[in-house]
Amino acid sequence: MKVDLSWIDYLIMIIYFLFVLGIGWFLRKFMKNANAFLEAGRSMPAWVAGLAFISTNLGALEVMGMTGSGMKYGMLTTHFYWIGAIPAMIFLAVFMMPFYYGSKARSVPEFLKLRYDEKTRGLNAILFAVMTVLASGISMYALAILMENVLGWNFNLSLWVSALIVLGYTYLGGLSSAIYNEVLQFFIIVIGLLPLVFLSLKDVGGWSGLKAQLAPIATAKGYAADTFTTTWRYAGEASANPLGVEWFGILFGLGFVLSFGYWCTNFLIVQRAFAAESKAAARKVPLIGALPKMFIPFLIIVPGIIALALFNDPTKGFTLPLDAGGKPIYDYTIIMLLKQYLPAGVLGLGITALLASFMSGMAGNVSAFNTVWTYDIYQSYIRPRTGNEEADGKHYLKVGRIATIFGILLSIASAYIASKFGNIMDFLQTIFSLINAPLFAVIFLGMFWKRTTGHAAFTGLLSGFLLALLHHGLTIPAGATTLVKGGWIAVLHTYPVEMAQNFWTAIIAFTVSTSVTIGLTFLTKQKKSDEELHGLVYSLTPRELDDSHLPWYERPAGLAILVGVICLVLTIMFW
Amino acid sequence: MVDIRIPIGLMFSIIGVLISVFGLFTMSNTEMYHKSLGINVNLIMGVLMLIFGLIMLYYARKKKKVE
Repeated sequence: MKVDLSWIDYLIMIIYFLFVLGIGWFLRKFMKNANAFLEAGRSMPAWVAGLAFISTNLGALEVMGMTGSGMKYGMLTTHFYWIGAIPAMIFLAVFMMPFYYGSKARSVPEFLKLRYDEKTRGLNAILFAVMTVLASGISMYALAILMENVLGWNFNLSLWVSALIVLGYTYLGGLSSAIYNEVLQFFIIVIGLLPLVFLSLKDVGGWSGLKAQLAPIATAKGYAADTFTTTWRYAGEASANPLGVEWFGILFGLGFVLSFGYWCTNFLIVQRAFAAESKAAARKVPLIGALPKMFIPFLIIVPGIIALALFNDPTKGFTLPLDAGGKPIYDYTIIMLLKQYLPAGVLGLGITALLASFMSGMAGNVSAFNTVWTYDIYQSYIRPRTGNEEADGKHYLKVGRIATIFGILLSIASAYIASKFGNIMDFLQTIFSLINAPLFAVIFLGMFWKRTTGHAAFTGLLSGFLLALLHHGLTIPAGATTLVKGGWIAVLHTYPVEMAQNFWTAIIAFTVSTSVTIGLTFLTKQKKSDEELHGLVYSLTPRELDDSHLPWYERPAGLAILVGVICLVLTIMFW
Repeated sequence: MVDIRIPIGLMFSIIGVLISVFGLFTMSNTEMYHKSLGINVNLIMGVLMLIFGLIMLYYARKKKKVE
């Protein structure tokens, strides 16, 4: 399974490392206060922030996971993009961004503080800080173990070196450096994986050749012949498609609750739009990100589908490592494909693309962590502002930098915990992934219903989270062998697949959170005056400035329609 | 601040030249390109990256002149 890299592959990697660190080095002199370091001085052009927006999301777990899912579920994996991301990104840009950006909040928890109260912010800030550290630790572990098994790199060495490079450029240049590097990383990921797409497609005889090769595989598994190359055609019944979820679960669970929860409230993502130079630019950020996002399936999912055909064709010599149960470990799909098709030179470029995806995800986590720590925890509960703006700016800059170091060290620690107690980390990650759905409910109600109160929001957030936890404790996916997958209280219901369980957990979290928040709002008194809510709530905010003099592609609405139409066309093409 | 197109343009140009020169030197190595279905991907990708890098640099320069 091992592959040897040659000098040119390493040379490409070294050039890339020098450039990412160099960007941090050049930006360090602009880091004069906390505002420049943690918010990039709100100075990013829309296209830069937009590409960074999508690049942060394109982390190592996304690339490895989506290629693996392509191999498992075929074209149905695109549901995570065309229905599970694009509508939410459009909604964020058109409806939510004006309030986020206009509120002058520096983070999502701070928005909660402005709109609701201190306790709602505190709850969200602490959960979020823990989640980012966990997430970056897990992806660091996943990548280091992959590099160890396939490239023979020392686990500890690749873990520390990659973490220290990310530390280097985020410590020096803060959010600006993270964003600039994300743009560079975005191009490296796309260009590095591009030869793989073309070579693998050519190898299987193009799209039609791929369809022909997948037909017997699908039939053997008991599905219709074109199941792996279509998206919605077999979504009528859960048992007719490999995803194991029916259209309602996909549409409501993934397309609404999970995706709006992730894209509209996850500060890690939204932070990129906060850094934009103006409100108009901030609204364009998610839409500019959505344009490449729609085509990423062709870059990472299609090669995964091809891997399924290769895997079943003994003449190709394509293998994946097997787990203890004899099942292929799907996380290795992408790197084994790189090994299969790329000779020295472009192989180094492909490996660099994987490293770049890891770094963009990790830098996203770290730059969100240090902001939430500095503003929402340290500044709120440990050392409030003194009033001397200049001294404060310098002080919080120092705190932000120290938080960056701590964030990285905690991520490394959680990577080691993941290597020793993988199950515990999986469990924690599942638990923390439950916070997004209730958060979306609360933020959404807050933005569009001025009556929503702080007590109601806090209780809604907490009860949604707890009910989701309870649901996870009472249900299991079929064939689960560990309590990590659920059923750790009792087993009341068995889902056919884990995906269905996840979708329903999110749906329940969202529904409970929404009903509790609405119910309690009627029972509690609104403490915020209309003046305080100005700019935070739809009905209390003056309409946008007229942008009708701009060409359509400069207007958020025009861009949103463009994105929506392309997405619809793609959906129909691969229906 | 700094125009991000400059580092991107520089990096892609450098790697582009590197890979395409490597592609030229390994042109006759059919064994090496057996993996990539007989296509010299290094040469192709190298040239593409160089073009992309130069476009980035061109636009960065053009913007600077306007300012």
